[in-house]
Amino acid sequence: MSTIQPTLGAPVSDELALVQAAKTGDVGAFEELVKRYDRNVFRIAQHITQNREDAEDVVQDAFLKAYTNLGQFQGQSKFYTWLVRIAVNEALMKLRRRRPERMVSLDEEVKTEDDSLPREVADWSPNPEQQYNQAELRDILSRTIQGLPASFRTVFVLRDVEGLSTEETAEALELSVPAVKSRLLRARLQLRERLNRYFQKRENGDENRGDGNP
Amino acid sequence: MKCSEFLQELTNYLDGVIDDRTKAELEEHLVWCHNCYVVCDTTKKTIEIYRDSQLYELPDDLRSRLRSAIVSKCQAQKKAGPGGD
Repeated sequence: MSTIQPTLGAPVSDELALVQAAKTGDVGAFEELVKRYDRNVFRIAQHITQNREDAEDVVQDAFLKAYTNLGQFQGQSKFYTWLVRIAVNEALMKLRRRRPERMVSLDEEVKTEDDSLPREVADWSPNPEQQYNQAELRDILSRTIQGLPASFRTVFVLRDVEGLSTEETAEALELSVPAVKSRLLRARLQLRERLNRYFQKRENGDENRGDGNP
Repeated sequence: MKCSEFLQELTNYLDGVIDDRTKAELEEHLVWCHNCYVVCDTTKKTIEIYRDSQLYELPDDLRSRLRSAIVSKCQAQKKAGPGGD
């Protein structure tokens, strides 16, 4: 069975030059950095906040904060990792404001018993995503990931959707590498389990289209 | 290798960050344990489906609107002077 490899391949050769120029006040250089990463920041923000307007605010606030604080960027990490750290913090603040009744923290101690051990092991159809049209599939994926705790879905999104390495994810979230790995395993297994109802193979060979109620 | 041990190594296995000996033990386990094989295979598919989903793409019109807003705020900040926060 082949392994999964991160896909992020942003060119970094000229990135430091852009950052240096932006530090001296070159807004055009900073705009290049915005163009390079705005889609990623929006996706991360919407995954965390689960709200389109909040995600739009996060994109603006995160880039403005990055511009304001460029002087603090030392170049020891990638600019993108530094930016993601700012964006995640902005997104979590939005989420806390919107859901004050729920504790939202990346440090929240997740249950240590085997709460994510697979309960239902069902094989999937060969190409499960092809049972649904694009809009249906996006709806299923969106509602499924929304059910995960913020700390799990944030790690999953950075690591598996955006392709940051485990170490970069740990740095962006200010978590230890073992903490990232533990949350990532749980996030992956919980998503898998929740997707069973939509993707599992039926005994009689029919494909299961789920009931639309996760 | 027990199923619980397999599960503990699943993330390292899928990410390809595992030593050869452990990898061989995991793959031997997969040969005879159908449940773990299915968990491994469907977890891998879960990751691929999310990665390829184009969930939350930024539409072009919104993208340019956000970029203009960011740029004008940066310019305003620049006029306010260095470190103008």
